[in-house]
Amino acid sequence: MTKPAFAAAVLATTTILSGTAAHADLNLYCSAQEEWCQIMAKSFEEATGIDVAMTRKSSGETFAQVKAEASNPKGDVWWGGTGDPHLQAAEEDLTEAYVSPMREQLHPWAIAQAEASGDRTIGIYFGGLGFGYNTDMLAKAGLPAPACWEDLTKPEFKGKVQMANPNSSGTAYTTLATIVQLFGEEKGFDYMKRLHANINQYTKSGSAPIKAAGQGETLVGIVFLHDSVAQAVAGFPIATVAPCEGTGYEIGSMSIIKGARNMDEAKKFYDWALSVEAQDLALQVNAFQIMSNVGAAKSDKAPDLSAIKLIDYDFKKYGSAEERKRLLSKWDAEVSTLPQ
Amino acid sequence: MLIFWIIAGWVGFALLPWYGVDDFYSFGWLADGWPLDKDYAPAAALVAQGQKLWLAPMALALIAPLLVLRRPKSDPVFARVLIAAGAFGFAWLVAQGLGIGLRGFNAGWLDALFGPLDDRQFGMGYGALVTATAFLFLLTQGLAAHGAVNGDVFVTSAIAGVVAVVGIFVFFPIAKMLLAAFATDDGGYSVAGFFPKLFDPRIWGLGCLSGGQCGAAWNSLFLAILVGVLTTLLGLAFALVLTRSGFRYKRLLRALTVLPIITPPFVIGLAIILLFGLSGTVTTGIAATLGIEPSRWIYGLWGVLIAQLLAFTPIAFLVLIGVVEGVSPSMEEAAQTLRANRWQTFRTVSLPLMRPGLANAFLLGFIESMADFGNPLVLGGNFDVLSTEIFFAIVGAQYDQSRAAILAVVLLAFTLGAFYLQRFWLGRKSYTTVTGKGDSGVHPRMPSGLAIPVYVVVTLWSAFTLVVYGMILYGSVVQLWGVDNTITLKHYITAFRVSWGESGLRWTGSAWDSFWTTMMIATIAAPLTAAVGLITAYLLTRQKFAGKRAFEFGTMLSFAIPGTVIGVAYILAFNVPPIEITGTGLILVISFIFRNMPVGVRAGIASMSQLDKSLDESSLTLGANSWQTFRAVILPLLRPAILAALVYSFVRAMTAISAVIFLVSARYDMSTSYIIGRVENNDYGLAIAYSTALIFVMLAAVGLLQLLVGRTQIGRRTSHGEGH
Repeated sequence: MTKPAFAAAVLATTTILSGTAAHADLNLYCSAQEEWCQIMAKSFEEATGIDVAMTRKSSGETFAQVKAEASNPKGDVWWGGTGDPHLQAAEEDLTEAYVSPMREQLHPWAIAQAEASGDRTIGIYFGGLGFGYNTDMLAKAGLPAPACWEDLTKPEFKGKVQMANPNSSGTAYTTLATIVQLFGEEKGFDYMKRLHANINQYTKSGSAPIKAAGQGETLVGIVFLHDSVAQAVAGFPIATVAPCEGTGYEIGSMSIIKGARNMDEAKKFYDWALSVEAQDLALQVNAFQIMSNVGAAKSDKAPDLSAIKLIDYDFKKYGSAEERKRLLSKWDAEVSTLPQ
Repeated sequence: MLIFWIIAGWVGFALLPWYGVDDFYSFGWLADGWPLDKDYAPAAALVAQGQKLWLAPMALALIAPLLVLRRPKSDPVFARVLIAAGAFGFAWLVAQGLGIGLRGFNAGWLDALFGPLDDRQFGMGYGALVTATAFLFLLTQGLAAHGAVNGDVFVTSAIAGVVAVVGIFVFFPIAKMLLAAFATDDGGYSVAGFFPKLFDPRIWGLGCLSGGQCGAAWNSLFLAILVGVLTTLLGLAFALVLTRSGFRYKRLLRALTVLPIITPPFVIGLAIILLFGLSGTVTTGIAATLGIEPSRWIYGLWGVLIAQLLAFTPIAFLVLIGVVEGVSPSMEEAAQTLRANRWQTFRTVSLPLMRPGLANAFLLGFIESMADFGNPLVLGGNFDVLSTEIFFAIVGAQYDQSRAAILAVVLLAFTLGAFYLQRFWLGRKSYTTVTGKGDSGVHPRMPSGLAIPVYVVVTLWSAFTLVVYGMILYGSVVQLWGVDNTITLKHYITAFRVSWGESGLRWTGSAWDSFWTTMMIATIAAPLTAAVGLITAYLLTRQKFAGKRAFEFGTMLSFAIPGTVIGVAYILAFNVPPIEITGTGLILVISFIFRNMPVGVRAGIASMSQLDKSLDESSLTLGANSWQTFRAVILPLLRPAILAALVYSFVRAMTAISAVIFLVSARYDMSTSYIIGRVENNDYGLAIAYSTALIFVMLAAVGLLQLLVGRTQIGRRTSHGEGH
């Protein structure tokens, strides 16, 4: 190929590929599971006629992207994913403050999320923390069903419990912060050390432990309850447990990206996403979180919020970068280095 | 040629929109106020209206070449004017692009020097692209006329072209990323935080010597060396069976060796878990037979090693097959005529001549293992490696970009170390055997002492590969993999349904969107990758020029860095002017070209170092120029390398994940990111069905490429009665 021919080839390439996502009327960054994201985008298009370009990525990836794009935002609204990255984005001034007229229809925990962030983010769903176990394996091993956090540290469960690494997973960090708030810092770390002795693997991703339990690769996986329920609904022999001592939770959140190019459409989506109509879509895609609109429908498979003992999770403190770094380096130094 | 680039420069400067235009090819901008509207105006029109005056000096650099158009090339003024104009124009264009951005001046010292600028500019468009290209090639014409590389315009332009694109799409984003290694939490830069993070025990700990966990750096290094050595040996074994044995089903074996390379990520890992995991078929079977407790042995070094061997042996094979075929039979025949037996011939003649292939295969295995991300994620257990640590430092709960950048530096140091070690081992010996001087004959069979172990290894490994793929195929047709084994086709139907609607055929399956995008991007990226790779290999093996080592280093760099880092670096570099291409399909194509180009380069170098220079020289003596020589003499002899580059880049574009996950957008979603989404959502059946379909598509594509490129006949390389 001659050089002009090469240049022509490059031009031909760009012919087919030029253009950006910018002519969609709304650019949605979505951090929930694929179907949920798709049904949200499609239903919003049907409800309003606004064209949606949706990108699905995990909340950590989306945060990294929003941060990288800060000086020239490409996304308009970021829907779904655990609350911490949303709070961190608010803390770093990456998202826009907005008070929706829909706010009065929401559960108090959803509004608390907005108040903690200076109105830069809001709760859209609630997910409690707990664990799930493989019922076939439990029967085969002849062990009693675990019901409490303490049960997981019993010697019978040695090498049978899996959780994610808090350094890499938001779920596992929520677990660490929950234990610290539940038992106090000293006793909490003592618990993490005893649990460490029973852990067979710290996975990288937050929901991996319950998938491993579904495939029979571990007996117990510490995860969010809705992930465990979804695994059971998918057909795996999984039972879900909300620990008896009480437990923490995540608030799945939504934020408008600062400097969004389609600010009006972003706000329209924001209001719509808080409506009963939008939140009822969750059940169609097997998402078993508890939705933030008081009027939203509940699944009978979803964990019953009233039966779960909840701690008063301090998102402001435990979501801050400083406290996070401190707890993680303490966990690194005191827990992860111990022999198993 | 000169007049072509001058015209191109003027077209870019005075006709095409200077800044990026959405939907350029709908040509709506022509009717929408062009050439005066400031969004669509060419640079000349902007300057004429008194706007963006910093673009004006480039006009001088476009006028100057017109003055020397009539002068002969040998006139020193001709060369000097072109060099000055090209260099000034290009440098000015780059400087203004980097200096002035969305918020006026990009750097504080520019504000201090000129006062704050009350204007801004967006990403460059086609006008800027064409003008920049024109400046670059005006410069190379001048340099060639001045006597650079013996006055060879083709070679000078090729060098400058490769340097420019590698500079823009490899060095620039990586530099931006590495700058982040010194970033502090509050957005400033500091060296103080760098060293404690670099010498973190989580990276360098040696706990595994005393029963604990080792640091990620040692784990990665150890794993990469194992993978490099073992993939090279396995690849060599397959290459030997294919070229130096009477094995009858060579085609089948060839197809089998390519299978793993065309398998989307995670799938091999899942199959291995179903075989060897705690509840895996093999593990429970063995545990029941021997009466031992099943264990989680697969999670850790062993699992990752097995998965990476499956995944990367084909790469070693693709590099080695070209080299093993390329060793001239004349040499081997000469050795045998001199009464060496088969074993002596193999050990003292064939094997040493394969050294470039062995070294390159090891290097690729080593680097691929270092950068691999999917397998350690699924099978790593508590065995931390650098690539996953980098990924989770960026996207995990820590959001620590500077830690990621530091880990990337460590990883880079290892891969570059391997690179220099390999060069040292190859030394300055010549491995040329294809001389064009009466080359004929047939490769001798392997000596039997070697043939038996090679056959055993090849048979066992082939059987293992078949079992793994049998599992995958099975996984795609059962209800729920590992739990409910009812046979069903529902996963294929969900993914690839088509139906007849009012407007004809409708692609209603959930996988079609990402499938067509992936096909398009892979089809565009593959030939470009092969072209850039082979031109680079040609320059590296056949031309002498200043800075060649740095040039080689630069072209290998993008390969040595894990895709995750490239992904984030691309977002950091290309989301803002002057080059603003995030969210387009173009950024995916570009990332594939520069990620996969090194394989083309390596395969090209390995093959080209076997071709004697006298071939080029005789072509040049007969009056051909270097471009004609490259096209008519070298390229046809490089068919195996071309095929390797094309196949590899096509396939990688369809199976790569780590960089892609940061670069996909709503409009350009790729198969792999879609598949990962399915896996995350417990939808294993659909993920595996999609992967299986992709495997068949890629097999067909590889076959098609093989037909298109054709085979090279070096000498009479077939003996009677034996198919090739």
